[in-house]
Amino acid sequence: MTNSYLFLIPISLVLGGAGLAAFFWCLKTNQYEDLEGAAERILFDDPEKQDSL
Amino acid sequence: MAIDDRDIVLASNPLADGQLRLELSVPGVHCGGCIHKIESTLSQITNVTSARVNLSTKRLTVQYQNRDAPPAIGAALEKLGFDAHLSGPAEVKSNTAVRSMLKALAVAAFAAMNIMMLSVAVWAGADSDTRQLFHLISAFIAFPALVYSGRVFYLSAWKAVRHGTTNMDVPISIGLIITYAMSLYDTVTGGEHAYFDAATMLLFFLLIGRTLDYMMRERAHSAINGLQKLIPLGVDHIRQDNTVVHISTDQIEPGMLLQLAAGDRIPVNGIVESGRSDIDLSLVSGESEPVHVHRGSSLVSGALNLTGPFILRASAPASGSYLADMIRLMERAEQSRSGYTRLADRFAALYAPLVHLTALIAFGFWMFFTGDPHHALTIAVSVLIITCPCALALAVPMVQITAARRLFDAGILIKDGSALERLNEIGSVIFDKTGTLTSGELSLLNGNQIDEHEMLIAASLAAGSRHPYARSISAYWRKQSDTVLQVQEAAEVAGSGLEGCIDGHRYRLGRNEWASECATNQTTKSARGSVLTREGQIIAEFDFEDGLRPESLEVVHELRRHGLPLTILSGDAKENVSQVAAELGVDDYHWGMLPDEKLRAIETANFDGQKPLMVGDGINDAAALAAAHVSIAPASTTDVGRAAADIVLLKNSLIDILTAIRIAKASKKLIHQNMSFAVLYNLIAIPFAFLGYISPLYAAIAMSTSSIVVVMNAMRLNNSKAEKQTRVHA
Repeated sequence: MTNSYLFLIPISLVLGGAGLAAFFWCLKTNQYEDLEGAAERILFDDPEKQDSL
Repeated sequence: MAIDDRDIVLASNPLADGQLRLELSVPGVHCGGCIHKIESTLSQITNVTSARVNLSTKRLTVQYQNRDAPPAIGAALEKLGFDAHLSGPAEVKSNTAVRSMLKALAVAAFAAMNIMMLSVAVWAGADSDTRQLFHLISAFIAFPALVYSGRVFYLSAWKAVRHGTTNMDVPISIGLIITYAMSLYDTVTGGEHAYFDAATMLLFFLLIGRTLDYMMRERAHSAINGLQKLIPLGVDHIRQDNTVVHISTDQIEPGMLLQLAAGDRIPVNGIVESGRSDIDLSLVSGESEPVHVHRGSSLVSGALNLTGPFILRASAPASGSYLADMIRLMERAEQSRSGYTRLADRFAALYAPLVHLTALIAFGFWMFFTGDPHHALTIAVSVLIITCPCALALAVPMVQITAARRLFDAGILIKDGSALERLNEIGSVIFDKTGTLTSGELSLLNGNQIDEHEMLIAASLAAGSRHPYARSISAYWRKQSDTVLQVQEAAEVAGSGLEGCIDGHRYRLGRNEWASECATNQTTKSARGSVLTREGQIIAEFDFEDGLRPESLEVVHELRRHGLPLTILSGDAKENVSQVAAELGVDDYHWGMLPDEKLRAIETANFDGQKPLMVGDGINDAAALAAAHVSIAPASTTDVGRAAADIVLLKNSLIDILTAIRIAKASKKLIHQNMSFAVLYNLIAIPFAFLGYISPLYAAIAMSTSSIVVVMNAMRLNNSKAEKQTRVHA
């Protein structure tokens, strides 16, 4: 029983830690700066795509 | 007012790679279409390397090359139909405070969730080895969270203690540290109970409240920065060789010649060198009538040039201008504002010693009866944990955040939560007149006494002029008809009036002496106002007044119904002030007041314990706004006034004063309910903790439920407010 803890608990902590790291990365790359704008921007065509058409 | 493209370089920040970055506030963007329109148009302008709109903050960031030929961003935006304002280069700040709070919150959330997972297993009945292992792991997870996320509270508590005061963060910090230390000791010595889950969860809950508080202030800050600035960034300077250069306002030195066009704000104090014009002083001194200036007239910064171009000789640098003096007066007033202690901190000052005393008594009691220091300490710690003011610390900010959100949706911007508390305490209301009780714009008083044909001629002459008299005549006419006559040889004589030929007759609209100069036998009936003349003969006289805002009467009436004494402090002339006071039925009014006299009046009211609410808008009100117990400014105010006021009415309607007071009252009620609940919860929980019946499981359940109840209760503000609003509109 205790043996299974030895890998289950580290796994859960690593997964949680990955989530935390992802959040920090999002903050650092300004992804929370404009939540409303991001929602609207998915409706735009990519500018490169427009040029090639 | 559109952006002067020459100001763009002055407002830009240089970047490392030689490019320049410009930040603009564009309040009009509201959808994806706006983003697309702005970004695609701007990025096609030469030299622009990138343009990015932030829809949440309604800001536009443009990067461009080549500072010698800045792109015509202002003109492009105007063509698209967007109003934009430049921010000064120093103003661009990143929201680092909110960001570091979010990081602290994320770490606390991570720790709380993982520890809670382990704790549930322990509560479910793990054997002693497993429990020991889980406690140890919890201790490891909790440590970084308590150090990293908890520092927000330790620093604030330390600051308070060092100044000999106390705030909510003191009992929080002591509770957190003792809980962790005691649990660690118990874990190492193989004890049954550890409170790591309680400590991290407490931290998580408290940080939620704190982060929301920061976000609220941040939003208020950026909304205020987005509004228009009073002083231009740059101005045209005429050099000795008669060439004109565009320089920054900071570079102005006494003696420099500055060229000012109609519609410009006066950047520094100075004397008119040549030219004539009319000047609008309403934001500067509260005078509602435009003032005529000519060679030799002295002017103060912040005034608006209305009709003609003129050349100003600067008499002071920007740092010595009237506006800079007002800002200094405002800062002094802010310092003299009687220190207000927030409700939660006042409560903490009573609460913290009580809790710590109870814990100490528990320790002494069990020490005396059992003689076991470990057992006594365990009990004392569980008393501390159960009373650690989680619900209490959330009780006030949750309500204030909900209230601020409701107010923001209603177009009322509140700078911080304590302004709501202070708004509940007001004992009197002091109003400014020009631009606050009145609209700040002149309107035609006797339009219905004037013949329609003469009105048509006056409106035809007035079309296109910036002068307030002309504009109010146009506005009056537009309500009746869209047609205007063709005016030949139309001209605006700055400082005098307008003239032109209609149907072969020469008409003049303007000052009496000028318009009727050919006919000397005319007697002047009114000193102010203007006349319409045909070939020098007066055919109509126009009277103007700075009319009351339509809602002023209702607001004044309602405030009086609340039993609040009202006062008007104005910089305007006696006749204007007394007329407004009579219309509103306010007996206590003062005219011709200088800014420092207003400040002194507020300080006297403060000293008498009246706790005045100041409502004002001008530069001359800024110091009074900063000194008052709480202050409100309409959005039409100057940037100085907005910086000084606690509450800004974005919709520019005084009715919102009543809305703000109503929401403040409702939030006060909820705060009291929340606090009573938190105290009641403690009263019930303390005896159990005192007698040693509290285990970590009960502590966790009790803490979460009390916090949830408090948060849910705060949310009720949404409903009660919505109901009231529909009732008002119905």
